[in-house]
Parts: sequence; C-alpha cells; structure tokens
Amino acid sequence: MSQLLIDNITVEFPGRKGDFIAVESVTLDLQAGEILGVVGESGAGKSTVGNAVIGLLQKPGRMIQGEILLDGNRIDDLDENLMRALRGKRIGMIFQDPLTSLNPLETVVEQLIETIDLHLKVGAKAARKRAIDLLGQVGIDNAEVRCDQYPHQFSGGMRQRVVIALALCAEPDVIIADEPTTALDVSVQAQILDLMRGICRDRNVGMILITHDMGVIAEVTDRVAVMYHGRLVELGKTAQVLGQPKHEYTKSLISAVPRSDRRIDRFPLVTYIEDVGDMPDIDLDAHWLGQAKAYEKNDGPLLKLTDLSMRFITRHSIFPSKRQFLTAVDEVSFDIEHGEVFGIVGESGSGKSTIARMITGIYQPTGGKIEFAGTDLTALKTAKEINPWRRQMQMVFQDPFSSLNARMRVADIVAEPINFHKQAASKEECREIVNDLLEIVGLGKVAARKFPHEFSGGQRQRISIARALATRPRFLVCDEPTSALDVSIQAQVLNLLKDLQEELGLTMMFISHDLPVIRQMCDRVMVMKDGKLCEIAATEDLFNNPQHEYSRHLLDLIPKFGAS
Amino acid sequence: MISFIVKRLLQSALVMLSVAFIAFALFRFVGDPVANMVGQDTSTEERIQIRKALGLDDPVYIQFLNFTKNAVQGEFGNSFTLRVPVSGLMAQRFPATLELSLISAILALALGVPMGVYTAIHRKTLLSKAFMTISLMGVSLPTFLIGILLILIFGVVLRWLPTFGRGDVVDLGWWSTGLLTASGLKAIILPAITLGIFQMTLIMRLVRAEMMEVLRTDFIKFGRARGLSDRSLQFRHALKNTLIPVITITGLQVGSIIAFAIITESVFQWPGMGLLFIQAIGNADIPIMAAYLVLIAFIFVVINLVVDILYFVVDPRLRSSSESGSE
Repeated sequence: MSQLLIDNITVEFPGRKGDFIAVESVTLDLQAGEILGVVGESGAGKSTVGNAVIGLLQKPGRMIQGEILLDGNRIDDLDENLMRALRGKRIGMIFQDPLTSLNPLETVVEQLIETIDLHLKVGAKAARKRAIDLLGQVGIDNAEVRCDQYPHQFSGGMRQRVVIALALCAEPDVIIADEPTTALDVSVQAQILDLMRGICRDRNVGMILITHDMGVIAEVTDRVAVMYHGRLVELGKTAQVLGQPKHEYTKSLISAVPRSDRRIDRFPLVTYIEDVGDMPDIDLDAHWLGQAKAYEKNDGPLLKLTDLSMRFITRHSIFPSKRQFLTAVDEVSFDIEHGEVFGIVGESGSGKSTIARMITGIYQPTGGKIEFAGTDLTALKTAKEINPWRRQMQMVFQDPFSSLNARMRVADIVAEPINFHKQAASKEECREIVNDLLEIVGLGKVAARKFPHEFSGGQRQRISIARALATRPRFLVCDEPTSALDVSIQAQVLNLLKDLQEELGLTMMFISHDLPVIRQMCDRVMVMKDGKLCEIAATEDLFNNPQHEYSRHLLDLIPKFGAS
Repeated sequence: MISFIVKRLLQSALVMLSVAFIAFALFRFVGDPVANMVGQDTSTEERIQIRKALGLDDPVYIQFLNFTKNAVQGEFGNSFTLRVPVSGLMAQRFPATLELSLISAILALALGVPMGVYTAIHRKTLLSKAFMTISLMGVSLPTFLIGILLILIFGVVLRWLPTFGRGDVVDLGWWSTGLLTASGLKAIILPAITLGIFQMTLIMRLVRAEMMEVLRTDFIKFGRARGLSDRSLQFRHALKNTLIPVITITGLQVGSIIAFAIITESVFQWPGMGLLFIQAIGNADIPIMAAYLVLIAFIFVVINLVVDILYFVVDPRLRSSSESGSE
C-alpha cells in the first residue's frame, strides 16, 4: 500500500469570471522512502497539489472531486482540528524561500521548541534537547550555541536547514517540499538536496518534491510526474521520463532546458505551449534603432575596467580605524570587446551585480577606473558630462515584477528614457519609436496602452528590454534576466536577446549564476568568487578545460541532466 | 547600541537647544517684557532700572545663555498676569494633564490593539463591521464635538458623570492625583474617552492593516503547515511582528495627546497645562507660553528616545546590526 495516495483530485478556484480549475483529475501515489518529483511550469498546478494534501488550499479554492489517503485513511474530509493535528506531525512541509519562512523575532530554538512540544508534548527541556539534536542532524555545526540565534544570523542555506529541521520536528511520514532549493545558490542547492535525500533514505520518509527545475528532478527523484495546465501528462521512473519522454509536452519541455554539455545556436522553444511569432518585419538597419551601429568605433576594447574595487561600510564609526568594510569587488580588471557577449558567473555575494552597477553608474566605485569607448567615466563629475555616456549603456534587471513602475502605462515606461535623453524630435516620433520597440520585442503595439500588471513575467521582461533599447544603447547589461522565468519563457527571452544583439550589433554583459545559460549566450566568461576574479576564458574553453579550481567546482555542481 | 543612544542624546540636546532659542526669541522679542511686567504709571527711570536688573541690557547671546541656564533648572521667570513663578504654575498643572493623557493612552491601546487584531482575523463578521464603522466616526468627528456629545448624554441627560473639573484631589506632596478618590475617578472618564477615541481608532486601523499584512507572510503559512494553532500564529507570531509600526505611531500619539489635550481640557474645564496655555494666549502671558513650548518639546524628545530603545527590545535584527553578523 502506498504511503500517500492522491486519488483523482480536482481543485477549483471559484471566481467572478467563472470557476478556474487549477488541478484536474490528478492521481499520484507515494511510497515510503521515495522521492516523487512534480515538475511543471508556473500555473501548472503543482503547488496546488501540495497545498491540497496538507489541507491549506488558498481560499476560496476547494477540492471538488477525489480523495487523499494517508496510510489508507482518508484525510481530505477531516475537520480543521484533526487536520491541524496531522500537519507537522504526519505531513511536513518545506517552502521555497528560507529567508521568509522563519519568524524573524524569535530565536531558532524557540520556534523549534514550540513545534516539538506541540506535537510530542515532552516539555520545554526535552524539547530543547531534541531541537539541538535536530539542528545537528540537518548539518548545523555548533548547534548548542547557534540555536539561540535569530534567523537573520543564518545564511540562506543554513536557514533552509532550520526549515527542514522544523519540518522534521515530529518525525512526519510524508514531506512536501515546494521548490526547496529555488532561492539557493548552486553549491548550497547541492548540499540541501543531499540532505533531503539522506533524510528520506534514513528515516523512510516519502517526499513530494515540487520544482520547475529539471536538473533538480534528475538529481534526486526516484519517479517524476509532469504537470501541464492542471493535468498530469506523464508519470514514471525519472530516468525513463527524462530519457525517453512519451508525451509531446515533456519532450518539448526537456529540449528547452539549456544544455551545459554543448553549445547550440538557438534555444529550442517549448513549441507545445504556443507558437511564438517570429520577429516582425522591421528593417533594423534603416530604422531609428539601427543607428546604434553608427557609433564611432574607438581603438581597443569598448569597455576597459582597471583595478575596479567597491567597499561597503558594514560598521560605522567616527574613528576610521574602527570602521569595518565588506569588499564586494576586489581589484577586478577586464576588457569587453566591441560586439562581444561577455558573461559573468558566480554565486550570490560574489560581486557580479555590483560590477554591473558600478559600470552603469548606480554605485560609485571606491577604486579603479572604468573606461568606456576610451573615456574614463570615473573622472566625469557632473550629470551633464556623464549622461551622454549613460545613454549608451542600459540595463535589464532580474526581477520583472519590481523593475517596472506599476502605475505607469507601458508606453510611458518605454518613452521615459527617450524623453529624458531627448532622442525623439517630436511626440509623434516618440510614439512611433515606442510602438516599433514593442513590435520588435514581440509584444505588439497594443501593449502600449496597458499597465505592467496585465503581463506575465516573460512579457514584462520584454518590456524591460524594450525600455533598455529605447536610448539606442550600444552596451547592454543583463543582470540575471531570466532567472525568475520558466524554462519555456526563458528560451524565448534569451532568443530575443540573441537576435537583438546580432541585429543591432550590441555589446552585451550577461550576468548569471546559471552555467548552461552562460554557455549558450556568451563568447567569453569571467568566473568570480567573493569579489575576486578567478578566471576569464573563452566560453568553450571554460566548459571543456577549466583552469581555476573554483571554476571546476562550479561545473561539477551543475545538476547533471540531459547528458544521456 | 550604547553609541546609538549617545548619538540620539546628542541629537535630542540639539533639538532642545533650538526649541529653547525659539522660546527665548518669543520671550525677548515679541513685545517688550518690561512693559508687560510693570504698570502704566511706572516712570522711565524705573523701567530702565528693571531692565538692568533683569539683564535685558546684556548682549543677546548672554541673555540666551542665561535663559537656557534658567530653563535647565526649570526657571522661566514670573507669569505676567498671575505674578507667580511659571515653574510653580506648571508643576501644579502638570499632574492633571499627565494623568489624563496616560489614562486615555492606556484606554486607546487596551481597546485599539484587540479591536485591530479582531477585525484583521474575522474580517467579515458583523462585529468587525461595527468596529470599522465606529472607527470611521472616531477618525472623522472632531474632538470637541465628541466631548460635547458625551457631556450631553452622560452629564446632562443621564446625570451619571461630572462634566467639568477634576473632582477631589489627593496631594502626595510632589504630585497631586485625582485617581485615588471616587469623584476624581468619575471625573476623568469622559475627558479620557474624548481624548483617547481618535488614538484608539488610529491604533486599531494600524494594527488591523499590519496584521493582515503579516498574516499573509510565509512564516505564518509555514507555521500553519507545521500544525501550530491559530491562537499561537495570531498572537505569538503575527502580533509581535506588527509591533514596530504600532510602537512608532503610539509613541508619537502619546506625545500629541499631551500636547493637544488643549481642546479636551477646555471642553471639560480640566485644570491641566492645556487650559493654562489657552489662558496664557488670551492674556499674552509669554513666560507661560515659552515654558509650555519647552516642556512639550522635552516630552516629545523623551518619548522618541524611549521609542527608539523599544525598537531594540522588540527587533533582534536591529540589536545585532552593530555586531558583526555571523554567517
């Protein structure tokens, strides 16, 4: 008998515009000690399945069909009190973001004690002992001391370990992990996945692992269920589903995952979902936008950084000797040639975004020189001197939701840089340019009158790209432009960036923590760690023959997928 | 943390010095202090004499220095109209105002916080809607109108409660309190409600908004998934996380309750500082106005300091920001 049986459930969310079926006739079973992956893109209903199991469907969502059985006993019709007694005790849950999953005002041990005492009724003293044991088991060193610290004193990976300890408080039989490693760096992700696999094996716990990351699925799951638009499209042994997918959607999804093993010209699209229109027929060379090519070429590289450094003060003091600093970028030097796509890769805190911000003038570097087209930007003082250079470099940010002003129409968002840098002769011309830009990024001019919230993440990122292109830049900085997006959308956006880069002759700096994406996008790559430069190499060289130890380490950590 | 408090104290001193300068300017340059002090039949010679005796011939900065020196010791000279030291008048009136303010602040907190929590958790019940309606009235009706209505209902029609004054007062030597006698307690009810109702609705709406925000956060969701009870989630985990903004606003409000008790005190003829201040304005009694100004500024500064220290008590993230974060 399976430990957990999700039998033919359908979940609907009643709404004013009619009922929305989030999950339709899904049947899954979970054996003890097994990790079952549930994979799909956003909106596929995979989290809804997890929430239905633990009885925490967001109101007004409800199950209108099917049963959920735990060890053969039906649990979906229990009343709230009985269900609450099951949560944490029989079914544990782990959420995506370890930074927000813990109460910031209580120490780690207080939160553990509350949960342990609630389920096991052992008293505060025994609960504390168990809490410290648990923390040790999930790999927190010096648990006796660290347990009395507050969540903010732990790093992201450590907090996720605390979250896992909390889920394990009462030895549950089943754990539902909802994107447990999505917010973590690749090396931390590897550790956490390792830990979770160990827990399932040693304690005979069944785990449902919900993720959008095919690499994670390939790495740890025994079986995998693929969901698409609320339906289960494929279920089987992981190796079999990934190796010989049967369903068209699965095939399409797998082919869209950027490969780390070889470079291909364009990203395959998830054609099953929708046909994405080709680039519109605008002759970019003759167009206003094409004039970006007309920039005077200087001799030597377009961008030359020399000993660039950035220090942030972490402790203020009147006495200079008592101040403490964090060196985010430590004397980094590199060049970017004309028309090149230059990649920067590294884990969070490695200083890669800080470099982008210094180049674009968001931060003032504490040391070093930034030469753009032969001009030292750090020597320029007034806005009047700097603005012409700023216009030539634009940035696309990571989070498509917070990087667009929610109260402005798309047309105004895209027009703002044009007007600021006085690039259009008249209002009519400006409007035309905006419309063309929206056509070029594949949104169409109907998008101009809408507000950002009417668009999905991928579409918003297209708006960001249109805005970045609006000043006719010749240098584009992309800071993790697709890390918040689904695989299929990521493929579209990356293709768009590639096309634009080629057609407009842009020079691009592409920042990512995702090595496969870097491999597909970049000509040369720089590897960074703790603010220091580890290695700069041509992309193919880096992947085939990494020189620096840390580069090798990073390459080893990529979840192996698609190598078959 | 200690360096933070020292920094705050220095800032506070600066604020007090500026306020003292304004008070001094008021005293020195609005009208002629000597003309205000003496009668019409005082001769010019005598006026010059007084001027000299008061030090009004000294350079302005020396006068300011003297003013500050006296102010630090609580000395603001004599009231023009009552001809007694202002410090004595203030000391006599201050307990009345402080008692009224504290009672109404406690009232506002004791009712506002639970009502806010209740309306955030049970958003759709009838009681919540009633609370919200009442709070809308509390915010939109002016204080004096509420006071007059209360007087009309409980004082005039029902004759339950006194409508003016402080009732019998017990003198403790350094403090005169109305809270120890039945008539004093009765007398404080109506003005305290009048003064507190606006603050109560404000706190209630703030707590409600913050609670609804916090109840949506991940750690509440995670707590629910661990099987924690609603009571623990709402009161232990959520309410505590709403406290920072509540403390900020409450602190500011306590300050303004004391400062703006003026209206309530006039409506209820409450013998506090506000009433004294209103009378002083009517009589152009500048020493009282100057002293009132400095005292209120002092209260604000103290409350803000307390609020800042409370942040440290509530939020561990602030406490350790001065230490190096251990990763």
